[in-house]
Amino acid sequence: MKPMVEPLDYLRRGWMRLWLGVVFLFLYAPLLALVAFSFNDSKRNIVWKGFTLKYYQKAWENSGLVEAFGNSLAIAFVATVVSVVLGGMAALLLWRFRFPAKSVLSGLFGLPIVVPEICMGVAMLTFFVKIGWPADLPWPLNLGAVTMAHISFCFPFVAIVVGARLVSFNPEMEEAARDLGASDWDVLRDILVPHMKPALIAGALLAFTLSLDDFVITFFTSGPNTVTFPVKVYSMVRFALTPAVNAASTVLMAITILLTVLALRAQRGLQSSAQAH
Amino acid sequence: MQDWRRNSGFFASLAVPPVAWLLLLFLVPLGGVWLLSFGQNTGLTEITVTGTLANYQRALEPLYLEIMLKSLWIAGATTMICLIAGFPVALAIVFAPPRAKTWLLLLVMLPFWTNLLIRTYALIAVLRTNGFLNAGLGWLWDGLSGLLALLGLGSLAPFQPLHLLYTDFAVVFGLVYVHLPFMVLPLYAALERIDRSLIEASLDLGAGHLRTLAYVVCPLALPGIISGVIVTMVPALGAYLAPDLLGGPSSQLIANVIERQFKRANDWPFGAALSFLLMYATFIALFVRAAVARSRGGGGAAL
Repeated sequence: MKPMVEPLDYLRRGWMRLWLGVVFLFLYAPLLALVAFSFNDSKRNIVWKGFTLKYYQKAWENSGLVEAFGNSLAIAFVATVVSVVLGGMAALLLWRFRFPAKSVLSGLFGLPIVVPEICMGVAMLTFFVKIGWPADLPWPLNLGAVTMAHISFCFPFVAIVVGARLVSFNPEMEEAARDLGASDWDVLRDILVPHMKPALIAGALLAFTLSLDDFVITFFTSGPNTVTFPVKVYSMVRFALTPAVNAASTVLMAITILLTVLALRAQRGLQSSAQAH
Repeated sequence: MQDWRRNSGFFASLAVPPVAWLLLLFLVPLGGVWLLSFGQNTGLTEITVTGTLANYQRALEPLYLEIMLKSLWIAGATTMICLIAGFPVALAIVFAPPRAKTWLLLLVMLPFWTNLLIRTYALIAVLRTNGFLNAGLGWLWDGLSGLLALLGLGSLAPFQPLHLLYTDFAVVFGLVYVHLPFMVLPLYAALERIDRSLIEASLDLGAGHLRTLAYVVCPLALPGIISGVIVTMVPALGAYLAPDLLGGPSSQLIANVIERQFKRANDWPFGAALSFLLMYATFIALFVRAAVARSRGGGGAAL
């Protein structure tokens, strides 16, 4: 007799396991192969020829790649800081106040998330050309256009994460503070911001990853001297497939996965403290 | 919630920075593209907005109409495959024990967080003529041939690697690869909301799993299915990287044409018109999704 399987315990059924196995193989095998062959001692990277780190060294010696990586980090850092401030303000505004055309504004804040990337890319390109944004500023000011474009699509994500957190705020805390003589700014600094903190951290990590990962919008806003890491990798991929690209990609993936795990940790902290209320 | 007039100073200091940013660095640039779509090139770098509809007319020429229909067809095929592949995954996650559920959700979401360019690039090594997929198929073919020879049925002709990269197949493969999490997450959210006793009742009353899925689960999850279809279809329709890196000359989609107008052909007004056609399609899709969510009591609207 077959062992009893609960009717809805789909995970214990053979066909379902097979299906999940195929789907996850599809999702992960290409990435695992990419990582594995960054360590492969062969230029034609389909046959395993032994372990090597020489492609990491090659990637490191490629000054264009390292410079692009530095640009990406600088852009992501500034974009994150500004996005957290703007996103936090937008979330507070929508949560706290009743005002005319509020649903319109809240829809507009969500627009950068849903607009196709290619449309946003061309919008930024034409905008910065039209206003005559100088292209030859010294580093890091030359990254300004790309950074501003990144902020435009990052801060709405922060606003969503922070807005979800504010729902769990207990208004009695604010009333108590006001009864004790706190002003709006005191309440914001001492009560609201501490309450928002886990969401601000999660939002910051999200914004950093989004900025670091973006290709399409950056592709349209970056110039020859403001190449970011994904744009540089793109030009290398078009030029020739070299294991150094695999090595560089592996490093970037490791960074984003680390940041994602940290963001999920922060969000889990957010959920458990929300339950405590 | 407070009325803004009762505390207008605080209201203004919270409102002005994000609203000004959104206006100046998002809505104005988009509005600029919209205006450009009614303009024409009057010099090498001069564009005059004349209110002409010529750019939209040109977009309806057979050449571009075909590319737009092809984009729709490829995005549609991608969405269908994601739905078929993703539905059982979402179902398994919903009914998984809590620990497994967390891990499975993480496994679905993790590729979502890795760089789009890197994920697309990784597929080149899978799909090219001497790539992993052909190696796997060749191995299976040789095995089958060997088996047939063992049974005395002769052997198959030697394996010819398939030409996969730089085809429409590769584009759909890449788009499914990238967009599968977009589909699984709304489906998961919708299935999670279904009252389990309804499914159990259907099974108790003698319906099989497939009939229960068809007559109970799918109708209840319909808003989530529609939501998943739309959030998969919209980015697939505007995808640039997969057709660019994996597609051949004939599998260029609308985003690639837009890119060419802005970066190489230098015909901004026409590129702007194409961008806005893509925007209108997006808005229609989102409108449908919002309408469905509203009429069905908000199911699946969360994602």
